[in-house]
Formats: sequence, C-alpha cells, structure tokens
Amino acid sequence: MFELIRANQRRSRWLSGLMLLLLLGVGAAIGFSVYPNPAIWVRGVGLLPVPPQGASDFRGGWIVFPGPMAGAGLAVVIWIFQTLMFYVSGDGIMMAAAGARELSREDHPQLFNVVEEMRLAANLPQMPRVFLIEDAGMNAFAAGRDPQHAAVAVTSGLLMRLNRDQLQGVLAHEMSHILHRDVSYMTRLAIMAGTIVMLCELFLRMTIHGSSSTRRYRGKSSQQGAVVLVMLIVAVILWLVAPLLARMIYLACSRRREYLADLGGAVLTRNPEALASALEVISGNAALEQVSGVTAPMFIVNPAVSGEQAFSRWTSTHPPVEDRIRLLRSLAGGRVPADLGGRLSSREREAVNWWTRRMMERLYPESGNKSSADREQSDAARSMIGQVVQGAAAGAGVAVGGPRQETVETGESDLDRLRRTREVQDLMRKLNGFRFIACPCGARLKIPPDFRHERVRCPRCGAVHAINEAQPLPVRNAETK
Amino acid sequence: MLFAAVVGIIVLLTLFWVIGLYNTLVRLRNAVRNAWSQIDVQLKRRHDLIPNLVETVRGYMTHERETLEAVTRARNLAQGAAGAGVADRAQAEGQLSRALMNLFAVAEQYPDLKANQNFMALQEELVSTENRISFARQAYNDAVMTLNNAIQMFPANLFAGMLGFKEEPFFEVDSPEERKAPQVSFAR
Repeated sequence: MFELIRANQRRSRWLSGLMLLLLLGVGAAIGFSVYPNPAIWVRGVGLLPVPPQGASDFRGGWIVFPGPMAGAGLAVVIWIFQTLMFYVSGDGIMMAAAGARELSREDHPQLFNVVEEMRLAANLPQMPRVFLIEDAGMNAFAAGRDPQHAAVAVTSGLLMRLNRDQLQGVLAHEMSHILHRDVSYMTRLAIMAGTIVMLCELFLRMTIHGSSSTRRYRGKSSQQGAVVLVMLIVAVILWLVAPLLARMIYLACSRRREYLADLGGAVLTRNPEALASALEVISGNAALEQVSGVTAPMFIVNPAVSGEQAFSRWTSTHPPVEDRIRLLRSLAGGRVPADLGGRLSSREREAVNWWTRRMMERLYPESGNKSSADREQSDAARSMIGQVVQGAAAGAGVAVGGPRQETVETGESDLDRLRRTREVQDLMRKLNGFRFIACPCGARLKIPPDFRHERVRCPRCGAVHAINEAQPLPVRNAETK
Repeated sequence: MLFAAVVGIIVLLTLFWVIGLYNTLVRLRNAVRNAWSQIDVQLKRRHDLIPNLVETVRGYMTHERETLEAVTRARNLAQGAAGAGVADRAQAEGQLSRALMNLFAVAEQYPDLKANQNFMALQEELVSTENRISFARQAYNDAVMTLNNAIQMFPANLFAGMLGFKEEPFFEVDSPEERKAPQVSFAR
C-alpha cells in the first residue's frame, strides 16, 4: 500500500506543479492586459512606459514585462493568503460548510465503534472527530489537514439505512482518504483552482467596465503593436481556458483518488463486498440538500444532483458508481478488469493485484487448492446471487438467507461452523433492526428495517410473503430444520 | 589523490545511505510497536468487559453453566498470558474468542436475554471489540511485514543486524475459521 500511496504522491506533485503554472499564467495574462508594454525603463524614481527616444545609457536599468511579472506575483500572494486561511481555520470550517455537528460517543455508540475499528485497521495514532449531517440523503466525507486533525462526517440517512458492515465499508473508504492525506491535498488544489477562477472573474469584470488603461498603451510602434496583439490574444485564450483547465485537473485528481480510496478501504476491511453493496444502496440516494462546490468532491458519492450525464466523463467529481462497484467486486476474483486497470498506472496495478491475492488468501483460505476454473465458477455464482437479490428487491435490499450456493466440500464440523457463523451474522443483523421471515422452502428472508413494501417475494422459491409475518425476533427454524 | 577522493566519496555516500536506512527502520519499528500497543489496549478492554457480560447473562442462562465457565476460564487464561510472548498470547486470545462466539450463539435461545437493553449494549461492545482486535491484529501484521521486508532485502540485510534491528513475529491465529475476515454479506 505504501507503494500505491507513494506513486500517487509523485503524480500529485506533478499535477500541483501544473496547477501552479496555470495560476502563474493567469496572473501574468491579467497583468499583461492591464499593462501591456513589454518593458519599462527605470531611472531613479521615474517610471516611464517606453524608453525615451535615443536613450542609450542603461544606468537606470530595465524591467522586462513588468505587467505579467506583477500579475503573477499578485496571484501567488493571493493564493498563499488563501492557503494560510485554510491552515488557520482547520477542519471546522469544512464541517460548518457541510452543515455538520459534532457527536459524542453516547449519541451513537455503534458509529463510534465502527470508526474506532477502522482507525485501528489504518493504524492511525488518534481517533478522528465524528460529525453528523442531518439529511435524509445518504453520504459521508472526511476532512482535516493530516491524520492528527482528522474528522469524518456521515448523514443520518446513511446511519439509518446501512447495516453495520456497509457502514464499516464506507468509513474504511473515508479513513483511507485520511490515510492518503487526500483531504489536505484536495483542499489545497481546490484553493488553487478557486484562486484561478477568482482572478479570471476579476479580469472579466475589469474588461466589462472598459478599463481605459488597456487602450492607452496599445500600439506605440507597429512592431511593438504586433507583439502586444499576439500576447493579448494569448491572454484572452488563457483567460477563457484557464478556469476550465483548472477544474479539469482538479476533477481528474479527485476521481482518481476515489478509486484509490475504494481500494484502500477494501484493504482495511478485507471485505470489498461491504463497500460495494453500500455503494449500491447509496448511489441512488446520495443527493443532499446543502451542497457546496468546495465540499462536493470530498463526499463518497457525488452529493450534487447531476443532470449532465453525457458530459460526466470529464466534469464529474467522482468516477461512475458502477465502475467503482465493478472494481471492488473484481477484488474477490483476484483480478482487476482490463478496462478499469487501464486507469491505473502499471505500478499501481501491480500493487493492487498483490493486495488482492493477499486478501483472497485471507477471505477464502479453502480455495487455495481449487483450480482457477472452479474459482471462476464460484465467482459467477456469487455475482449471479447478487443479481438475483438486486432484481428481487429492486433497490429495497432484501437479503437471502438460504443455504450457501458455493459448492464447498463440507464435512460435519464445517456445516456446524457454518451454522454458527450464520447465527452470529443474524445476531448482528438483529442489532441493526432487521426482521426475519421463514419461507417454507427453507430460506430465511432478512428484511431491512427501512423496507417499505407490504409484500416480498422469496428469491429462492418465488413465494410471496406479507411483511407483517415478519418477526421482530428471529424464528427458531435453524434448529428445527 | 584522485583515488583517495573517490574512496572518500564512496564511503560518504554509504554512510548517508546507512543513516537513511536506520531512520526508515526506526520509523517502521515504531509503527510495529504502536500497532502492538493498540492490540494490547483492545485485549485489555475485552478482559474488562467479560465479567460484566457474565454477570448480566447469568440470571437468564441458568442451564448454560458450562458455557459461562468456559468463557471465564478462557478469560483468566488469557489474562495470565498477558506477559507472555506473541505466539502464546495469540493462542490464549484465540481460545477466548471462540468461547465468546459460542456464548453468543447459545444466547440466541434466550429471547428474554436478547431483549435486555444491557445485554444488547454489551453485545455491541463485544462484537466491536472482536472486530477491533482483528483489525488491530491485521494492522500489526501489515506493519510487521513491512518491517521484515525492509530488514530482509538486499543490501539492507547486511546492515540491519548491525544496527540492532531484528525481524518481528506475526500475530497468527491457528484455527482456519479465525483466519477468515469477519464478514456479514448480503448475498448469502
């Protein structure tokens, strides 16, 4: 994982440099359009726009391109000021911008437990602060400039609808954002992009108000006029393109880091399925009431309601959720899909593959002696089960508790163990407020607490059950069976 | 003269490299120690929670004296092993984990108990502690692996021993079911 983080850091530095260059360019362009003379001649305190005719002594010296230089300098000053503001104000301002309030352990012990678990998995020295956003939409984000000053926020909608494992997956994603220092990096990048946009808007306003200074200095001599014209055109192009470019750099970075945080989260929990299924549930319900452009890229799923689907490849803050889910599910198969792997560098792909193999060994220790064909078959079975569940519940998220479909050669003790783990799993579901229906076919339906429909179809035999049959306590059919 | 200069430069570069290596190894070793102390904290936390749990459960589970005793015994054993080496400790704690799992499975048969607020809160705490232990163990093992890799790789292995670094043992759990990540999946 260190490899992955380091590779990403190298790339980040490169992108930051690009952004800084853009910032300097915009500053220079604006400076130039305000003061377009390529050089001034300084003598004593007198500043002359052009050298006097026949002035041949250079005692006063020349300043070349004073306008662009001053503009670039000013841009850097503004940028540094804004960055300092961020470091002073810390994560509180981000949380305030998202409308979050801090929680204490008594408010929601389970949430704190899950955060603590993920902190331990990430080997962070300190517990991050925990915030709640009162919103029915499902989302979460992390803030803070380094792991010592970190904070995570979740919405109440998320807490209500995810089970413990899914919540863990989501928080693992956030924790790996903190671990990779994405938050501080993205914020700094956002400040740079914001400064660029701000400067461009300033420039626009100045031109609209018809600053006379631009006209006054134009075209003293024909040769100089040509230079001025060319540079002015460059300035205008830069001014038009820069905000777009800044945004694109920013978003490319943001999308990439989402993938990496997903992978990092899966490495922390060793359970990619939890995050994948959480993303499935979240994806349709991520919209929040209070969204600002600054915080939007930091959420786990884009909280802005997006109408621009065709454009989304380049303008979205997040990669498509389907791709993220596909990547996570592929981890269980030990291979990254070719089309998604292409978005990672070869080093990253190698690191991911290495981790997936390791994870596989932990998750399915019995599959070590199986042939790869067997493994593929059971993968197919697993994804088929996933589809059946999805299709049957249509977003409501009913889980099937039938016998395991994988064909594992189980001895008596294995069956016993299976039964016991399933009971513990049911126990955890119960803690999350699930209800249970025993189907005559032997399957046990687990109904999530927020299930709204009146009936549910058993995904195994197709029988339809009324929800009010559901018991608040599990039916004891595990023993009678 | 030139020869002396070349040798001098090589020696200087080696020295710098060894200093860098030393600092890296210190960082990695501290990560291992931090991870180990985290496991320690969580194991203690579990030991502290268990008397509470047994007290709460006893009134309801009158027919399960054996299960309760197994938990208490495993807990005392684990507490006794607190000063022992990594391997012995992992063994004792693994036994305690299994005893607890057994207790929760049995508790399923007592509806009154499961409705008890106190029990539910305790159960969440213990489930979380179990998770924390396994995650802390995972973080510890990852840190150990990184350190061991750094020590064993050439040419660092020529110097690591001299600098006083040695490989750390993994926190392994022997039973295969313990090896599996705790997972409650939707699709099964």
